[in-house]
Amino acid sequence: MAVVTQAATAASDEKELLISGSEAVAEALTLADIDVVTAYPIRPYDTVMQAIAKKIANGQLVAEYIVAEGEHSQFEIVKHASTVGARVFAGSSGVGWAYAMECLVVTPPLRVPMLALVGNRALDDPGAFGVEHNDALFVRDLGWMLCWIDTSQEALDTTLIGYRIAEDRRVFLPLAISADGAFLTHSQALTLVPSKQKVDRFLPAYNRGDLQLHPDNPITVAPQANEDWVIEIRRQNDEAMKRAYTVIEEAYADFRRVFGRGPENPWFEEYMTDDAEVVLIGMGTISLPIKVAIREMRAQGKKVGLLRLRWFRPFPYERLVTALSKAQAIGVIDRNYSFGSPFASGVVANEVRAAMYNAERRPPLISFISGLGGREVMLDDVKKATDICYAAARSGQSDAKTHWLGVRD
Amino acid sequence: MASLIAEIVYRGIFQKNLAARVARGIVLSARKSGRWGIAFGRYGDSPQRNGIPAKDFAIVADTKEELEQNMARYEPKHTDVTIVLDDTLAKGVESWAWYGLQPINKLTVPNGTVLMTSLQSFDSLIEDVHKREEPYTLALIRAKASFSGLWVYREDHTEVRVLGALAKIAPQFLPLDGVCQAIQEIDWGSDLKVASAKKAHDRLESRVVKITEGNAEAPFAFEKPKWWEMREGVTIPAIPIGKPKEGGEGYVPDRNPYFKKYTTRTMRPVIDFDTCVKCNLCWISCPDSCFDVMPDGTFDANMEACCGCGVCEAVCPVEQCVTMVNESLFEDNASQWEMWRKDQAAYKTWLVTKIGDKQGTLRSHGFRFRGQYEQELAAGDLDSGGGVITAGIPGENAAHKTQ
Repeated sequence: MAVVTQAATAASDEKELLISGSEAVAEALTLADIDVVTAYPIRPYDTVMQAIAKKIANGQLVAEYIVAEGEHSQFEIVKHASTVGARVFAGSSGVGWAYAMECLVVTPPLRVPMLALVGNRALDDPGAFGVEHNDALFVRDLGWMLCWIDTSQEALDTTLIGYRIAEDRRVFLPLAISADGAFLTHSQALTLVPSKQKVDRFLPAYNRGDLQLHPDNPITVAPQANEDWVIEIRRQNDEAMKRAYTVIEEAYADFRRVFGRGPENPWFEEYMTDDAEVVLIGMGTISLPIKVAIREMRAQGKKVGLLRLRWFRPFPYERLVTALSKAQAIGVIDRNYSFGSPFASGVVANEVRAAMYNAERRPPLISFISGLGGREVMLDDVKKATDICYAAARSGQSDAKTHWLGVRD
Repeated sequence: MASLIAEIVYRGIFQKNLAARVARGIVLSARKSGRWGIAFGRYGDSPQRNGIPAKDFAIVADTKEELEQNMARYEPKHTDVTIVLDDTLAKGVESWAWYGLQPINKLTVPNGTVLMTSLQSFDSLIEDVHKREEPYTLALIRAKASFSGLWVYREDHTEVRVLGALAKIAPQFLPLDGVCQAIQEIDWGSDLKVASAKKAHDRLESRVVKITEGNAEAPFAFEKPKWWEMREGVTIPAIPIGKPKEGGEGYVPDRNPYFKKYTTRTMRPVIDFDTCVKCNLCWISCPDSCFDVMPDGTFDANMEACCGCGVCEAVCPVEQCVTMVNESLFEDNASQWEMWRKDQAAYKTWLVTKIGDKQGTLRSHGFRFRGQYEQELAAGDLDSGGGVITAGIPGENAAHKTQ
């Protein structure tokens, strides 16, 4: 192939840096001028806390950096800081995220619009640090918004967009951004970093309004309540999560207007799905082997496409049904497990099944589990999954079992 | 396909920052001619441990799509250039991941290049490197391994010398101009480093290694079990208790047959069995239980199990009874005690040669005391291949960091 010399892509008000997904998050946090950040080390999230510490040490970011004595306090501290009006950030991985669970549970009902970075890591035991999505998925039912990112650029952009969404008064819910351990947190890619001026045009200051703890605004946060109150509080959260659909659409549209990049469809990336007979679904960096396998399979005449889910909560079920209804078969590759679930499938497969239940046209859906514990998803795994999907397309029947790919058996 | 894949094999802690600089330097240099790239470390390694062999990778390609094509494997299956930052790694590497022993040239493509920093001769190095079925080029930067620590960095220009050498090896991806420009702009770069890179480019020595040459030993390997063969409950069988040596005397522990760890070693203990007072201190102190108890009550460091940490040398109460010697001076893992038993006079001669080697007994680990770096500079011990190095260079381009 001829050598294509690219013109310097960075516009004058943007700079191009060679940074990891974790460092990209720290760049965005600096641009968002966060006030309070808490830290407690666990791989792979620790690369984010190191990158933020460096920003503060270099004088690029002025923020309270509190090293907590564990993840539980880490998330408790930022919750309080947010209620007095600080823009906050915390993060963790695997069992560290699990240790913070009590504090993660109370964050959405208190309407704390914080951002968390979950560097996805397998849960112990066995002690391991490769990627699995079960850690972040702990909070899927609790009022946390959840999204998965794929590249350093998306890490940076989504962090900025994330504050805009979370801090929108119509939402006021926490957002956990999930980044695959290793594949994203530890890989350095060329990333465009916008100017502070541009970011200021996109991201207004955090305004907690009537919910702010302040002597001039005397309020009590989180009084004890009984059955006379609880279901109404849950209904409020339900409404906030529903309103998030609109706010997310608006935020991405505005991001595109200000920065001149970013997806038109916030919810999922579609790769070669226009004429696809088989559509594969996955989250995070699994997109890479899938895309490359798709290019190879298309060269052999197989019309395969990828739908990479970005947003998991709120779940884009309506748009998903529209996008999937024209496929002849759907294959969902989960990088997580849900033992004892319907069809023994992964979490995403069963979410997609539920979303498709009311659809007029329901193509066969095949569930796969792969890449657990950081195992690489190979091109051959993707091709094998595609072949199984094609068989289902021919028979018109969904397979009632879940296929494990890349396990020694 | 126009792409370049490089792996950087390095020693945990001692060279972690060095390897990261090389990987970043490759991508940023290639960017100067409009290419795309990515730099990353092998996640399965544990580079936060002293001396553990670990890998970084850098991939550059003409287009984003070609870059993706090459990134589809997180750990590349083949590399155009294998960069080896310490020549004791020539004997092969065992990563923390369960790979067995990997020859250093295992991933290098046929006719690809293994680029090494070394003061050894080509012949001596090739004896260490495993034989293979395709020829490759061995290229040498004349420098000793640059070892430092996580929080200190040895500014001996090794990173830019590697980049300069790469400009010679793969000029189509890393033209020297681009490399120099990148070095100038990078936060750890300087004009002096540009000069060093150019000199390394001009002085690079290389020769083709034929398929008949190299270490003929088959590296140890094993099959991983199927999921249904593994014991449930995240449980593994314990290593069985060991056995006495001949005549019921002595003791040799059983060891993990799948994980040997000895490629972590940059120095090994050489033991004088004649002066050993049998005090047990080396045996008790060894964190890897590498000492076998011999029938006569002396202790033989088992070279399949020794990581080369040097604790035995530190605790031994007898002068020069245990001496750490650079790994490059040895050809195999044979038992020293057996050699001593066979011919004590010959062993003595061997021992005196080994521990008398002034370069070979220089501690290869990172900085051990404040002021060591200045001392090395004063002694002219650092060869930058370029101009004069002075202490305090890291600040030269520090302004970049806060931009």
